[in-house]
Amino acid sequence: MPTITDVVCPLCGCLCDNISVEVEDNAVKKVSGACAVGRAKLLGHESRIRSPMIREGGEFRECSYEEAIRKAAEILAAARRPLLYGWSSTVCEAHKVGILLAEVLGGVIDNTASVCHGPTVQAVQGVGLPTCTLGEVKNRADLIIYWGANPVEAHGNHMRRYSYISKGWFRPGGKKDRKLVVVDVRETRTAKMADLFIKVEPNKDYLVLAALRAIVNGFADVIPDEVGGVPKERLVELAEMMKKAQFGIIFFGMGLTQSRYKHNNIEQAISLVRDLYAFTKFAIMPMRGHYNVTGFNQVCTWQTGFPFAVDFARGYAWYNPGETAANDVLSRKECDAALIVASDPAAHFPAESVKYLAKIPLVVIDPYPNLTTEIADVVIPSAISGIEAEGTAYRMDKVPLRLKKLVDSEFMTDEEILERILDEVLKIKGLR
Amino acid sequence: MKLITGRTIEQGQNLENKLSEEYQKAVAVCELNEDDMKEIGVSEGENVKVKTQFGEIVVVAKKASANPKGIAFIPMGPWANAVIGGDTHGVGMPQFKGIDAEVEKTSEKVLPVKELMKSLGV
Repeated sequence: MPTITDVVCPLCGCLCDNISVEVEDNAVKKVSGACAVGRAKLLGHESRIRSPMIREGGEFRECSYEEAIRKAAEILAAARRPLLYGWSSTVCEAHKVGILLAEVLGGVIDNTASVCHGPTVQAVQGVGLPTCTLGEVKNRADLIIYWGANPVEAHGNHMRRYSYISKGWFRPGGKKDRKLVVVDVRETRTAKMADLFIKVEPNKDYLVLAALRAIVNGFADVIPDEVGGVPKERLVELAEMMKKAQFGIIFFGMGLTQSRYKHNNIEQAISLVRDLYAFTKFAIMPMRGHYNVTGFNQVCTWQTGFPFAVDFARGYAWYNPGETAANDVLSRKECDAALIVASDPAAHFPAESVKYLAKIPLVVIDPYPNLTTEIADVVIPSAISGIEAEGTAYRMDKVPLRLKKLVDSEFMTDEEILERILDEVLKIKGLR
Repeated sequence: MKLITGRTIEQGQNLENKLSEEYQKAVAVCELNEDDMKEIGVSEGENVKVKTQFGEIVVVAKKASANPKGIAFIPMGPWANAVIGGDTHGVGMPQFKGIDAEVEKTSEKVLPVKELMKSLGV
């Protein structure tokens, strides 16, 4: 069987680029180097959308690409405030066309960051981000902290390739040369591996981070005996570990972004890292989820000036999460049509938002049947980026990598479909 | 209790396989501490009803040593989201973690994904 090496895994923000796959009869038969979750995607599931479909009288009718694309363009061009959402499991080349389409439509474009690290983006706009690449963590870090993140389940190879377990230039012993600290509300599988596990009560991360800042800055005397369920001596111990580290890193996840205080939690965490600069080298990095959620934020920023939740209703880019993110325009019942690309909001949005999404005309571009295709009016199947189509994606540390095409596909790529929809929309609007 | 939702390996493996039984098995569950299960009077594999101010949902109880007492964990997905609110508190992000919830034993069935979507009025 022909083997393809240095394959980049199109699953999570780790973008592991050490994967080998064996291909036979135009199918991936064997995968080595990937985690359990990445392997499942690379090997493929049986369920695929077989043909473009349009809903008529409550039932789907199979149709040609041409007909589905025209119908999609008609729906979007007729809308006064269309929502274009998703984007995190496709490549930057598709983002570029999607953002242009949103501008032409005067719509709202948002990606999955708004239910993931959107609060992180807002915190970074407030206080900056002292960060580094994953390569620097691998080669230098002797203190690894996961805060509200569980990479054993969500980023299967993160510790092995980039952090605690990996062997680096200045850390040849791997985990023998590093300490692992986990802060979480549950003793997760990641927490069970830690040298120090700090269990915080739900929604109390902000208090714990603020207390740590006080201790690091020499004000331990004002801290009570317990903060957010954590004994003071644990916090003093962690503050000392941080100050004494040669190179420390905080990786943080949804535990900080999705719990109470949201972006404020992240601002505290970033400020703690800034405080630590008085003592040693420290960095902080969000554990980005989808493989190219970071890429959308990059492309959107260089095209519109803003990373997500961009509203073109005024004819120029307007950014105000809380007003212009997907759940805002859905829960306020504001958008009157939606295009969902490479994501599944019907599975991952609160029920209230999903109910409204089901009521409005809905176009979905995706390789797989999912809960959003179940409530769609037009379904357009696409080739799987990173398996059936090549393109660019950004790793969680903002390093761009080129995804490979491993097998041929009968389906059009996301980029091609979006270009065709854009072309039709321009024709309908008399702009082409 | 406080409800936390989030990723698991099994949820991730079935991300692109959501209309399957495997997906339901992976995410229509509620992980609970052993002491909480005793207090609720439920054994592993029996059904529990999880209620928040935003709704209620029936899922299967699962013992989890990871959870401290007072924390219920449901993997991210449509069952979890049936009890999550849509308000984003001015930042675009709904609160998916740390929500007040009640958990009780029930004889009601877990709804398969398509019926679940219908029950939500979708």
